[in-house]
Amino acid sequence: MNSFTYTSATAVDAAVREKSTNSKAAFVAGGTNLLDLMKENVERPTRLIGLNKLSDLATIENNPEGGLRLGALATNADTAWHPEVEKRYPLLSQTILAGASPQLRNMATNGGNLMQRTRCYYFYDLATPCNKREPGSGCSALNGFNRIHAILGASEHCIATYPSDMAVALAALEATVRVSGPQGERTIAFADFHRLPGDHPEIDNTLETGELITALDLPAQGFEKNFTYLKLRDRTSYAFAVVSVAVGLELEGNVIKEARIALGGVAHKPWRVVAVEETLRGATATEDNFREAATALLRDAQGYGSNNFKIELAKRAVVRALKQATEMNQPLDANAFLNSNP
Amino acid sequence: MIQQPTNTAGGATSLPAPPSAGSVTLTINGVQRHMQLAPWTTLLDALREYADLTGTKKGCDHGQCGSCTVLVNGKRINSCLTLAVMQEGNEITTIEGLGQPESLSPLQQAFIDHDAFQCGYCTPGQICSAQGLLNEGRAHTEDEIRELMSGNICRCGAYVGILAAVKEVVDKQSEIVK
Amino acid sequence: MSQLITTPRLVEAGTSNTSHIGKPTSRVEGPAKVTGTAKYSAEFNVPDMLYGYVVTSPITKGRITKINTEPVLALAGVVQIFSHENVPSLAWFDRSYKDDVAPGGSPFRPLHDNEIKFNMQPVALVVAETFEVARYAASVLEIEYAEDKFDTNIDLKRDEGHEPGSGKTGFMPPPPPRGNPNDALKNATHRIEGEYIHGAQHHNPMEMFATTVEYHPDGKITAYDKTQGVYNVQQYITKIFGLSKDQARVVNHYMGGGFGSGLRPQYQVFLAVLAALELKQSVRVSLTRQQMFSFGHRPHTLQYLKMGTNPDGTLAALHHHALHETSRFEEYTENVVNWSGMLYQCENVKLGYQVAELDVYTPLDMRAPGAATGSFGLEVAMDEMAYAAGIDPLDFRIRNYAEQDQNMKKPFSSKKLRECYHEGATRFGWDKRTPEPRSMREGNQLIGWGMAGGVWDASMQKAAAKATFTADGKLLVQSAAGENGTGTYTIMTQIAAETLGLPIEAVTFELGDTNMPEAPVQGGSWTAASVGSAVKNVCTDIGEKLLKLAQKMEGSPLKGASIDDVHFADGQIRLSANPSEAVVVRDILAASGEEKLEAETSAMPNLIKQQPYSMHSHNAVFAEVRVDEDLGTVHVTRVVNAVAAGRILNTKTARSQVLGSVVWGISMALMEETVMDHTFGRYMNHNYAEYHIPVNADIHDIDVIFVEEEDDKVNPLGVKGIGEVGMLGVAAAITNAVYHATGKRVRELPIYMDKLL
Repeated sequence: MNSFTYTSATAVDAAVREKSTNSKAAFVAGGTNLLDLMKENVERPTRLIGLNKLSDLATIENNPEGGLRLGALATNADTAWHPEVEKRYPLLSQTILAGASPQLRNMATNGGNLMQRTRCYYFYDLATPCNKREPGSGCSALNGFNRIHAILGASEHCIATYPSDMAVALAALEATVRVSGPQGERTIAFADFHRLPGDHPEIDNTLETGELITALDLPAQGFEKNFTYLKLRDRTSYAFAVVSVAVGLELEGNVIKEARIALGGVAHKPWRVVAVEETLRGATATEDNFREAATALLRDAQGYGSNNFKIELAKRAVVRALKQATEMNQPLDANAFLNSNP
Repeated sequence: MIQQPTNTAGGATSLPAPPSAGSVTLTINGVQRHMQLAPWTTLLDALREYADLTGTKKGCDHGQCGSCTVLVNGKRINSCLTLAVMQEGNEITTIEGLGQPESLSPLQQAFIDHDAFQCGYCTPGQICSAQGLLNEGRAHTEDEIRELMSGNICRCGAYVGILAAVKEVVDKQSEIVK
Repeated sequence: MSQLITTPRLVEAGTSNTSHIGKPTSRVEGPAKVTGTAKYSAEFNVPDMLYGYVVTSPITKGRITKINTEPVLALAGVVQIFSHENVPSLAWFDRSYKDDVAPGGSPFRPLHDNEIKFNMQPVALVVAETFEVARYAASVLEIEYAEDKFDTNIDLKRDEGHEPGSGKTGFMPPPPPRGNPNDALKNATHRIEGEYIHGAQHHNPMEMFATTVEYHPDGKITAYDKTQGVYNVQQYITKIFGLSKDQARVVNHYMGGGFGSGLRPQYQVFLAVLAALELKQSVRVSLTRQQMFSFGHRPHTLQYLKMGTNPDGTLAALHHHALHETSRFEEYTENVVNWSGMLYQCENVKLGYQVAELDVYTPLDMRAPGAATGSFGLEVAMDEMAYAAGIDPLDFRIRNYAEQDQNMKKPFSSKKLRECYHEGATRFGWDKRTPEPRSMREGNQLIGWGMAGGVWDASMQKAAAKATFTADGKLLVQSAAGENGTGTYTIMTQIAAETLGLPIEAVTFELGDTNMPEAPVQGGSWTAASVGSAVKNVCTDIGEKLLKLAQKMEGSPLKGASIDDVHFADGQIRLSANPSEAVVVRDILAASGEEKLEAETSAMPNLIKQQPYSMHSHNAVFAEVRVDEDLGTVHVTRVVNAVAAGRILNTKTARSQVLGSVVWGISMALMEETVMDHTFGRYMNHNYAEYHIPVNADIHDIDVIFVEEEDDKVNPLGVKGIGEVGMLGVAAAITNAVYHATGKRVRELPIYMDKLL
């Protein structure tokens, strides 16, 4: 860990101002990923701006669009177990609870969750080249041990995945990210927040210099009747997803009125293909239609050796998740993942 | 030629100085402690190396095992992934604050009764985590306890005993609530 | 989660309140462990202590060409940087670096020269006034390397293995072939063959390796070290640093898990002692979790098995060959294949065992070394053979039951494996199993039942103990044994208390200090037998002294009695023939005027008594898995493990040992593997997030059965040890259950979902 100074921010403006004038500064809230990476010498900020005193950003309340506004500094645990989230967005609740551990969820914040960096072994290990950590040094995973790596949207420079569970549900729910920056406030559609690696894998998202996430807006549609988060991992809990699927369905009888499917663990961002979701609109909720959608979703998938299996696994997971959301043969309390974890 | 990966650009003749220590006040087990700590000291290291409270364990230092679990304002967290300076003004409870050998807490006693540990190294973290679980009030069934105790790894594999110990205390607590 | 526990009755003592052996006594050190007051090696906060942080090599093979220490030494708080450039002259000969359990070859010497022999090799120790400064300083130390070509992949060394020498204690080269294994296989009615593989595995105890060296004003040191053998570490550091034994005390009261990783002194103890002696100041060196992957491990092993059966379902032939990695500098060995020549009756057996040198660190014994590996290969092959021959896997094993050890041509001192099969199968409900693969399911879940078993050595080493009985009626017993979760504190307390008829509370057992009588390293499942016998002997010595004094008491009813005529119970010495004739032990010292009685003695295996026998523990494991038909995820929902391991000293702690072993077996079967990228020669998942071991949610019902065995040959206590045997066959039983569930035969661990899609 390198040498740094610490300050506790008392106002968003001042925090943003300081961050935008110091390229070596970093915001810290929960610290669960930043401090981990600082101990590995992957992140090396010389100034930490603590956000935890900005209690205005820790609230969860209704937004003008009829949805819910999740403060960026609300913890993952407080969000998952918030009565409104449990009632109106059980998909989000279930998804958050499938991630990390109770301790980490008590620390990690909603804003910080979006800022998580990849778990790529090579990114974490300074002894190996990594374009994300050190642009131009090469991608060791491309021809290396890439079991946990991307099968969609990767580039020759980087095949890392983005590890968050929560974001997969946020993608399916079409949340909006509210940010505050030197130029004032703006909103970013969730699909536009994270980016694909392309030529610049060192850049994870579309935040501008100095910008701070202040809240996440959930639209009114919460898919609270038909939803599921299916997470496949190498142990039953406290492990990152090998592949995960968040599904929200609006059904009228057996006919799909609206479908959302987001994949985790397969790309540099939560993976959605709106065109595929559109083909499901008006279709009946049958296994054949689900299989067709899964095939279409994974059409451009590419394996790199150890992760080839994820293509078939993701297809099967999509079909299973769609079935599960249709039938809702899963308990509906917030701990539903306990019983539906395959 | 291969270079040792370092925190610097390389070829440095002088390096950034370590940060200086400042006064930090932590409330640990109800006692205010005034400590001289630099910002890079984690809460875990502050407890173990500066406050001589070695009951809280370091098993990975990266939030991947749960051995360092303590309670902050009643909620369980990994003390290795937070800085001591970030915890000023909070109520920190460690294993030493839950009970002592001559005055064991119900969880501590249940862990002994059910042989819920072997080497004992993950145990303080398990017990603090279980205390956090009780405070949350979300786990009632065996499956729920298993899942919500899964942030604490036990390499000896004492999970059967841990489950039994936590379940016993959870059940007793819900009887009291009734 | 009920369990049937049957233990042999204890000698003649009858029932008393001080009959402790075989009881489920709670751990006597429990209160210390659950309150955090038990101190581990990195927790002795001695005054004026410095912190060392280890710098490790990013390359696998080559040389250090330059170390730029100057800017780092200029940092405030940095005290010194140790590397090969400034290490003082130390012991020269290899033998000085050899510890008690070192394999053959030339031990690795930390910071010895500029040569890099394996990835993550320690290359420097940065010492600073605080942990944080040391960590920072280590991260800015510039080192340049010249890299050489290297080999780390055992797959490419299949033809380059060689038969190892017998340089390591406990290693037995496989016996020569018996019968006519080639022809017998050719003529067999049914045949199977296959390759069985598991990758490298790291012990990963929860406590990371650490040493706190306290430097005393007189130049002596006390090393609080994470080790499974304080004497082993003491002789290692005294030989290397030229110290006398009274100059270097080694202490380990609590070890946060070992599983074999602490059998050999690890490099942090060398570095901490070096720094303390050079700087004449106390020093602590702790490794990081990442650095826990920089030393010994269970070796990546390739096994090849061939088997054939006779028309009656008996084994016609068995071939078992194993190849695993070792380092370039030491020849690590373990007994992988020998078990296959003794677990089943077979007249035609060929066993082969080879190692191949790679640019890796030397492997290291890890829980049930060799047997965990061998029992995986053998027991999966046995399942395949049973299916090929159309016989139930349990029935197949019973048909081929070995009544004697064919390797050694000796009878077993005791063997109740048949009872393990029977009781385990009954508890599990094996008779309700439908044999066809994919014949049991519940919705998407395919259900599979599999079984396996294993065999482990019952051994005993020389050990010593000291006892002090004081006028207040308290007994203190000491031996430099280890406690790493095995229950040593508790079972030794039980043995001592029962021997002298005292309540548990009157006895204190202390361990883990070179100021105490010597005990062997804590491993091989021999502590209960070895240290337990020493404790029993030394307490018997105290008993004799008490009896003598008691006989001098006025009107003593014990006059003329020999030690065999009396027994100790409920705080009294009683005449066995007439127990109401007794003397209260506490009164004896008061009457004699003595303040305390002391005794020190040792126990050794009775080789003459043991020689005619093969001494082993056995187990039978039954496992249920649920496999998601579409997604390939596996959950182990039920395990029954029936163990025959002689007498069980404490049914509570022994059960925990077996429960933990089952968790280890689940881990080995489903998730554990250290994956190396051979481009770099580096383990890539070197952390707790990506090296998976089970969490609470992975573990479901586990049932432990102890099958009673009386065995007066193994040792006077009749114990066989319980640390390894419980792990045997668990991975195989799960693998076999996965086959039964899915029809897919997996021969390479771990069984990730990839392998079942």
